[in-house]
Amino acid sequence: MKKVYLILKSLFLIDIVRGLYLTFLRMFSSSVTINYPYEKGKISPRFRGEHALRRYPNGEERCIACKLCEAICPALAITIDAEEREDGSRRTTQYDIDMTKCIYCGLCQEACPVDAIVQGPNYEFATETHEELIYNKQKLLDNGDRWEEALHKNINSDIEYR
Amino acid sequence: MIKVKVNNKTVEVPEGATVMQACEVAGEEIPRFCYHEKLSIAGNCRMCLVDIEKSPKPVASCAMPVANEMVIKTNTEKVEKARKGVMEFLLINHPLDCPICDQGGECDLQDQSLYFGKSTSRYEDTKRAVDEKNFGPLIKTVMTRCIHCTRCVRFMDEIAGTHELGAINRGEGMEITSAIEGGITSELSGNIIDLCPVGALTSKPYAFTARSWELNHIDSIDVSDAVGSNVRIDEFNGEIKRILPRENEEINQEWLSDKGRFFYDGLKNQRIDKPFVKNKNKLSSSDWKSALEIIIKKIKDTNPSEIAAISGSLTDTETMYTAKEFFKGINVKNIDCRFNLSQVPYCNSKDWLFNSSIEKIDVIDKLLIIGCDPKREAAVLNSRIRQRWLTGNLDILTISTPDDLTYKCNSLGNDISLLSDENIQKKIKLFFKKANFPMVILGDSILSTKQGEKIHKLVKILSQQSNLIRENWNGFNVLNKYASRVGGLTVGFVPYNNGLSSLEIKKALKKNKIKVLFLIEADDFLVEDEELENAFIIYIGHNGDKFAGNSDVVLPTSAYTEKKALYLNLEGRPQFTKIVTSKPGLAVDSWKVFKALDQKLSAVIKYNTYDELLEEMYNDFPQLRNEKQSQKSKWAIEKNINIKLFPEINNFLVKNFYQTCCISRSSENMANCVREILKIKKVNNGNY
Repeated sequence: MKKVYLILKSLFLIDIVRGLYLTFLRMFSSSVTINYPYEKGKISPRFRGEHALRRYPNGEERCIACKLCEAICPALAITIDAEEREDGSRRTTQYDIDMTKCIYCGLCQEACPVDAIVQGPNYEFATETHEELIYNKQKLLDNGDRWEEALHKNINSDIEYR
Repeated sequence: MIKVKVNNKTVEVPEGATVMQACEVAGEEIPRFCYHEKLSIAGNCRMCLVDIEKSPKPVASCAMPVANEMVIKTNTEKVEKARKGVMEFLLINHPLDCPICDQGGECDLQDQSLYFGKSTSRYEDTKRAVDEKNFGPLIKTVMTRCIHCTRCVRFMDEIAGTHELGAINRGEGMEITSAIEGGITSELSGNIIDLCPVGALTSKPYAFTARSWELNHIDSIDVSDAVGSNVRIDEFNGEIKRILPRENEEINQEWLSDKGRFFYDGLKNQRIDKPFVKNKNKLSSSDWKSALEIIIKKIKDTNPSEIAAISGSLTDTETMYTAKEFFKGINVKNIDCRFNLSQVPYCNSKDWLFNSSIEKIDVIDKLLIIGCDPKREAAVLNSRIRQRWLTGNLDILTISTPDDLTYKCNSLGNDISLLSDENIQKKIKLFFKKANFPMVILGDSILSTKQGEKIHKLVKILSQQSNLIRENWNGFNVLNKYASRVGGLTVGFVPYNNGLSSLEIKKALKKNKIKVLFLIEADDFLVEDEELENAFIIYIGHNGDKFAGNSDVVLPTSAYTEKKALYLNLEGRPQFTKIVTSKPGLAVDSWKVFKALDQKLSAVIKYNTYDELLEEMYNDFPQLRNEKQSQKSKWAIEKNINIKLFPEINNFLVKNFYQTCCISRSSENMANCVREILKIKKVNNGNY
């Protein structure tokens, strides 16, 4: 009996018809494809994209050269050099991140006691050469200035879970 | 012995031991901040509270002596609660700035708050803030972090002996401060950085340059003086970040002088990184081949009796051994390692060693210090004398020493000729009568005066007459100042077959009888510039210091942190430095210079590698293998003769504690010390 059923099923192309029926129904539902780069998908406030070094509202850089991010970085992507600034505060003289070594795990952001190094919502930083992906302190601070609004919002939305 | 029970484990401890020591014997670790083995007990941090049966309250274990059948508990709820309470009190005013604190990662408070601290604070009032103090160019203070353990105060009182720190006000207003504005003047001040359990006192030169967890630790030894303190050199990214003492009870306990701790930045400045040759009165850079060719030509053109060589304060033993072989090969007899014109005899090792050993200072009962300045020539050794003096029953006599040696001593006067005075000699003999462990410390300073040789003989005779040299005790000690000296005398880098000594070389230079002079890292050779004018100077060294500019050929070598090298301390204890950083530019280990020269001339040196060199040197001088060997040599008895000395004032070797070698003279840290600390130090005997 079962054998007869299988023969009939393949003879009348039942499965194909079913599939085509589903395809037909989809024609009436709304589209999910977006027109990247003119349209972009929504991302979580915890998204771990391009790094940035933030500043305080008064323009002072947040980073205090504690080197906790360097210590925790599992890919050894961060290199920091520090010394005493003229006013006696502890500051970095060098803060490099090799974006090609980085595995975007977000541990640096979690280790930072002053929310200086953060991973922002930007994921569009592809370059043509390797060198351009080795970020220095100036580049990271510029990123921070550029993305501050979004970074501030993201960190605020996450604050009660930290 | 007393039997006590610690957490149901019975242990035996000697009478007078503290509860904390009993707990340690039982293997229980007690948290503490103010207690330190080498310092007196203060009992003011209250972190070491333990539970003792029949005692209603927890007891501070560091200050409580054990009693028989005492039952101590360290794991009860009461103890736990007490520790947590103390920690909460300590953290009330301690700032939460571990990320910017240099102590972070090696901080006692940080470690212990991990076990006994709460994750949140209940304190809602404003925290206390304390003004920073000026502790000089070496010590950075962040006094808000201070938890008032008073370790630094006790260190300055007991070990350094300069009483420069104290606590003022009480309760919350308590502050640690220096007695005199402007900095700490002690030669051992750097040690309070290590003692501070929190980040209140940190190193100024090291400030913010590295974190403790990223440093590579390399065990080495200190060459800033002849004590041979054991140190740990911390390196990061090919640079020396700091130098810390390593514990060695036989030598430096756990202390280190400020020079040995902070002069490392001199290894970066003024370095000679390639050979230089003088061309038309101007040094111009050259290469090894042509520089060596010039030297070889010069040696071939000169009569060996007109060639001389002097080795300096940082020259390692291997170099002096190789150099000696080389100069013997070309028949040069005028070689000397006593660049400071010292006249210490060089035939018997007992004549130049610190025979009693540093460790035995702890047992002496009579001490005579002649013509030296232990406070500046061997700061760590001086603090050991002070520690012995503090325990009582030590009488100290001095002749021709400064009067600020940090312990009470009876000065017989400053004139050298007092030594040959009959009354004084009688006094000394009376002084040593009935002494169990008498000790004489004879300084290399006084031996480098005009009558040095006579003084050495006289003190030897005096020691024999006062019964200082016995079967199991030798109380005759020479205090050498320079790290290289004992090594040089041991391998015999001294004139032979009527060769000229350093003093005679100096005279010959003046008379224009020395045509070629080798200066092997000998920046402290006491000659005037005019005396060197007519000679062809070959400078072999690592820092461009006094002589490099006046030389005709300059050859670059490695410094003590860039090579494995043997140094003998003043007891004759052989110790090795280790390679921490790489050599700059074209520099080589200095023994290789002489190997290369020898190959082109007499070719008497057979070894090619460092290991072969060591093997050969050990065969010739078995005492270099270990210190036990060097102590085996026999005492050379001096015949009793009458020696008369004429009046002379001792010429101290260390006029300026912070700058005594080419490294410390190139160091910015040391220059800062000279500028700031010596300014406030009182002038004493012409010394600072």
